[in-house]
Amino acid sequence: MEEIYLDNAATTKPYPEVITKMNHTLTKAYGNPSSLHGKGLEAEKLIKTARKEIANKLKIKTDEIYFTSGGTEANNLAIKGTVNALHRYGNRIITSSIEHPSVLNVFKRLEEQGYDVKYLDVDQNGVVDLEQLEEYLTAETILVSIMGVNNELGSIQPLAKIGKLVASFDNLYFHVDGVQAFTKLDLFPAKLGVDLYSISAHKVHGPKGVGALYIKDGTRVDNLISGSKQESGVRPGTENVPGIVGFGEAVKEIEQEDFTTKMYRLKKLLVTRILNEIEDSFLNGPTIEQGVPHIANISFAGIKGEILVHSLERDNIYLSTGAACSSRLDTPSYVLEGIGVEGDLIEGAIRFSLSSQTTKQEINHTVNKLKKHVTVLKQIIQR
Amino acid sequence: MEQLYLIRYGEIGIKGKNRPLFEDKLVDNIREQLKRGEPKQLDVYKTYGRIYVRTDLAQEEVTTRLQRVFGIVGICPTRRVPLDMEEIKATCLELVNEQLATKEGKTSFKIIARRSNKGFELDSMELNRELGAHVLINTEDGRLEVDVHEPEIPVNVEIRSKYAFIYTQDLKGSGGLPLGVTGKAGLLLSGGIDSPVAGWMTMKRGVEIVPIYFHSFPFTSDRAKEKVIDLAEVLARYQGEIDLHVVDFTAIQTEMNDKCPADLITIIMRRIMMDIAERITAKQGGKALITGESMGQVASQTLDSMSVTNLVPEMPIFRPLIGLDKLEIEEKAKMIGTYQTSIQPYEDCCTVFVPKTPETHPTKEQVLAGEEDLEIEDLIQEAVESVEVISIVGE
Repeated sequence: MEEIYLDNAATTKPYPEVITKMNHTLTKAYGNPSSLHGKGLEAEKLIKTARKEIANKLKIKTDEIYFTSGGTEANNLAIKGTVNALHRYGNRIITSSIEHPSVLNVFKRLEEQGYDVKYLDVDQNGVVDLEQLEEYLTAETILVSIMGVNNELGSIQPLAKIGKLVASFDNLYFHVDGVQAFTKLDLFPAKLGVDLYSISAHKVHGPKGVGALYIKDGTRVDNLISGSKQESGVRPGTENVPGIVGFGEAVKEIEQEDFTTKMYRLKKLLVTRILNEIEDSFLNGPTIEQGVPHIANISFAGIKGEILVHSLERDNIYLSTGAACSSRLDTPSYVLEGIGVEGDLIEGAIRFSLSSQTTKQEINHTVNKLKKHVTVLKQIIQR
Repeated sequence: MEQLYLIRYGEIGIKGKNRPLFEDKLVDNIREQLKRGEPKQLDVYKTYGRIYVRTDLAQEEVTTRLQRVFGIVGICPTRRVPLDMEEIKATCLELVNEQLATKEGKTSFKIIARRSNKGFELDSMELNRELGAHVLINTEDGRLEVDVHEPEIPVNVEIRSKYAFIYTQDLKGSGGLPLGVTGKAGLLLSGGIDSPVAGWMTMKRGVEIVPIYFHSFPFTSDRAKEKVIDLAEVLARYQGEIDLHVVDFTAIQTEMNDKCPADLITIIMRRIMMDIAERITAKQGGKALITGESMGQVASQTLDSMSVTNLVPEMPIFRPLIGLDKLEIEEKAKMIGTYQTSIQPYEDCCTVFVPKTPETHPTKEQVLAGEEDLEIEDLIQEAVESVEVISIVGE
């Protein structure tokens, strides 16, 4: 096998069509959308098409999409922007304990600034506690931010139920970090009572450095940076035209695919084979069907995940321990800790994340190699 | 703009008949170091027991670079003038005024004249008096006084056969001996804080180092290897060229782990590393091994452990950090420029196989018994022969 890439929750390989379109934007349609002349108009039209593509995918209006530099900026803009706009209505903001750092660390900063922050616990499947949310919701609450899908576990949050719970409160916005959910689940923010929804291009076979925030009509968001009038002034700065065009193209390509069933089948093959054929392996978080089709988190007792990752890379098989963003730090995963996984098993956790392009042969080959490495490593390490 | 520098060097001045050899090496090292700054103009020469550098490189860059050349004690940006009293006076005044502009209020100065050209009209004492008076009279009133003991502005005037050399600044060099004059040694380089410092301290005494790194993929990631390459790049700033030797240690570590008692793994690993390092160093013509060990810092650095480790190689093992505390070592690492790289969190092979309770007082008999089942000679030869050499040139 040439190369098996099972780290699609970290980033994905861009579609060839994406690269072709971006190449065109960089070499031919390089104008500034704000310019009055034809070159500017050409670039503006390209952005318009991309915006429409993404809006259609989310079933929202085109002018509710605001392009950013990625998921992290979209999350920052959503949280800081709404809290700044609503601060006079209350002081409480709510999130979960297993959010991505680009949400969690914003809440920690706001906590230092004096906001009353509540962190929801999750059960062993990595799903937030709705009763606790009900308890925490008060007239003082101005923001609830919950991720659609957890990046380490693939657990799906009950967004519709949360949407209903928060609907009865005034001056309260509901933000969803949809980076891992986008195009994997049919989530339509407008129907779920979501006011703000963050997405990122490079998780869906688009380029890095571009993302977007859905902001429902009428939602008040203060901008984080000041400048001209691009993106209605919410996110000023000359648009990342090639990035945005690549993003639109990626979403268009996905539009033509429907691989959810196939990915579930592959995930099932992967997980059942590992659990059956490798001793002391455990699936973390949700069951196969409860989680998203593309993420599975499995622990191998007594083996450091990092060593397993390096062993597999020799066979050109690429995957991650925990989440890519935190897997290079020495601290154990707070997400696995949050769902009650024991220390030793946290160190032994590997995240497999599939894409629509993953094949059955690749899964079987990976499991075969994995079995071999686990046997060898156990001999070496477990003494 | 071209600028002249007088290079002061200490110890090598007293090395008897080796002196010309040491001086020539220093001149070479200075030239190589400055060349890497890509100057348009560069002239390094030795004359009458002095080394002079003339170059168009910015003064800051010259200073930074020369502070990486071992053997230099002081770097003095210098003015060269004809042997004419009026010119000498004018230059002294100009240099003092330059210094005055950087200071506030009252400050002190002193003329330090040396007349090695005995044919010059005035002797040292007369020069001191006449030049001192000229400077005092012609500077702003109340700004200057003479202090013969600890002047803030020492004005050095050297009367040589054709020119006078005048300087007021004496920037500190690294000291030590010119790199290369005292031979070669193998450095056991890990990704940690200590071993690069040990290497630097040895280089400072004129030794060219051959760094050796033990890589145990997949137990250590390739990022750990990148980190060691980064560290070798910092050391190459001082040495110029460095050949980093990367030993594939996985098979040996696996065999060891399989056959040796867990509590002796660390000490046996150190012994095997010494064996391999000695063979590689000998091939390069080296005469000693260097480690970053400091007395008692970790299990393998107790007196007992080090004495059992020392039984392996015939070469001496030098441990320049033996008497330093962790904080002192960190201080040095920051000064050298390796600290920021060393503290990145990638594991090196020593930390993966650390047993829960390592033996801290091993004996020779105990360790030899522990090594009894090892079938390792072939693996060691293989590791030495297949060593990967990464040639690094300093920036």
